[in-house]
Amino acid sequence: MSDIVVNARDVTKVYKMGEFDVHALRGVSLDIARSEVVSIMGPSGSGKSTLMNVIGCLDRPTDGEYWLDGEKVENLSDDQLSSIRNRKVGFVFQSFNLLPRQTALTNVVLPLRYAGLNNQEAQKKAMAALEKVGLADRVKHRPNELSGGQQQRVAIARALVNDPAIILADEPTGALDSKSGQEIMDLLLHMNQEQGTTLIFVTHDPRIASMTQRTVHLKDGLVEEEEL
Amino acid sequence: MKILQTILEALDSLTANKMRSGLTMLGIVIGVAAVIAMMAIGAGVQNSITGQIEGIGTNLIFVSAGNQQQDVRNPKPLTLADAEALGDPLAAPSVLAVAPSVGTQQEVSAGRESSRMSVTGVTPAYAGVSNETLTEGEFITQEWLQGRSAVAVIGPDTAQRLFDRTVGVIGETIRIAGTPYRVVGVLEAKGGSGFGSQDDRVLIPLTTAQSRLIQRNVRDSVDSIQVQAVNSESVAAATEEISQILRTRHRTEVGIDDFTLFSQDSILSIAQSITGILTVFLGGIAGISLLVGGIGIMNIMLVSVTERTREIGLRKAVGARKRDILIQFLTESMLLSLLGGLVGILLAVGLAYGIGAIAAASGTPIDPSITLSAVLLATLFSMSVGLLFGIYPANRAANLQPVEALRYE
Repeated sequence: MSDIVVNARDVTKVYKMGEFDVHALRGVSLDIARSEVVSIMGPSGSGKSTLMNVIGCLDRPTDGEYWLDGEKVENLSDDQLSSIRNRKVGFVFQSFNLLPRQTALTNVVLPLRYAGLNNQEAQKKAMAALEKVGLADRVKHRPNELSGGQQQRVAIARALVNDPAIILADEPTGALDSKSGQEIMDLLLHMNQEQGTTLIFVTHDPRIASMTQRTVHLKDGLVEEEEL
Repeated sequence: MKILQTILEALDSLTANKMRSGLTMLGIVIGVAAVIAMMAIGAGVQNSITGQIEGIGTNLIFVSAGNQQQDVRNPKPLTLADAEALGDPLAAPSVLAVAPSVGTQQEVSAGRESSRMSVTGVTPAYAGVSNETLTEGEFITQEWLQGRSAVAVIGPDTAQRLFDRTVGVIGETIRIAGTPYRVVGVLEAKGGSGFGSQDDRVLIPLTTAQSRLIQRNVRDSVDSIQVQAVNSESVAAATEEISQILRTRHRTEVGIDDFTLFSQDSILSIAQSITGILTVFLGGIAGISLLVGGIGIMNIMLVSVTERTREIGLRKAVGARKRDILIQFLTESMLLSLLGGLVGILLAVGLAYGIGAIAAASGTPIDPSITLSAVLLATLFSMSVGLLFGIYPANRAANLQPVEALRYE
């Protein structure tokens, strides 16, 4: 396996909005190495959400080439994309996106079930992931019985549980107060140091960007500058 | 683990909206209950009618004058002589007994009580052929028949109506069309059913009826002849013998009979086909309510898919394939309809027996029969309703694009 996890070449994305074509990405090339911590910044409409969707295999690029962890992604079917997301991508969302009626444990088990693991094995791995994020004593709690910070920890455990190649965090601290926001950042960066997990943040927040090794600025669907 | 897990998860999301799931199920409950109850009642009606017809006796053949299917020139009436000819053991070895009769409606009175009822002129053979027994007195004998005596055997309801009692009426006098008759016997109750009560009638000697009561154009003519075959297997042979004898005696043209034979078998098959059609008809109408229930399921599943768009998006983001989402929603709709179906079966049992009880109380016993096949059919049918009406919503959920689903508010 190569050491470049995210390898995008001249990626474009065009949406049809009624009569008009919207060029969300106009030819983005981006390399992210394994174990790197990168933030993608840019104003609204700069295409950073679109770029995140392409990197996370939620969407296909209109043109250009994209390899994720050595697998070519452009022309895969919906189900093949699902399988790649399941194995290689962990998502952390601003609004947590936990299943409200399920316990923390069941929420973390979810990706493993779609990976086809049997129940016992899945529960064991999910327990381990919850332990890593410091929620070993909250596994039977439902999201509404947990604080915002704890809910985001469950989401991180869910993102980690399948040992993905990258973790994509979309404004992970956006819905949290600054103290628990900082705790979440610390936890993610700790995972990077301990296990070498590749982290990609998509954010408006310059404080988050300042905590990453590299920042990619997007503007009008193009990479404007990269700073180290 | 997969199937169990999926079912548990589906149950969980159904219980999240108990009221909604319950009301959706109610549509299926009513549909399934209606279908099964209607089929059960249809089968009950069929059994009851079949039972009544079989009660007449499986080895009886009814002979009547005339031909309903074809025009016959100069049809000859049945006569007493015809009846005697049918009783000839050489010409008709399959015939056990022959009971000719004439019938009419007459004013029958005793004291101040008076009522119009069926008066039938019969021979002594009638008691055996028609399976009559007496609670007191004796049946019409050969002497009374030959003497054209003014005697009568009455039904228990008639006795009750005219004398206010069913015992000790032997020797009393009744008047039929003004003429006095002596009561010599009382019939045993057969239970009222179907077409006119069997218990409210008067039997008198055939000869008496012919000479005093019922004037026909042809002397000695009778309305119908009941023939009892030796046993139920010889009904066909007896039918053939009777036809041959009557054709010869009436000198009918070839292929055109001026009489009609009716065996219990043919009545039975007509009744069965009528009640069969009735059952299918009732079931079909009830089936419409099941269809409506199915549409209810589809409606609620569509609402559910819309509500849970973000959940579907998340599931896809963490790796759910189309099939996983499809199975998830199909399981929910099938569970809804299956549970509804099971409750519906229970309701149908109650409904069928309730209606059976009401029918029994109102004097027309129907014994509803819920068969295993009806229950299996209903279960299978309700599950396929869930599958059929769940496919569209589930497919819609499965085809959601994760990007749009996650963005959905």
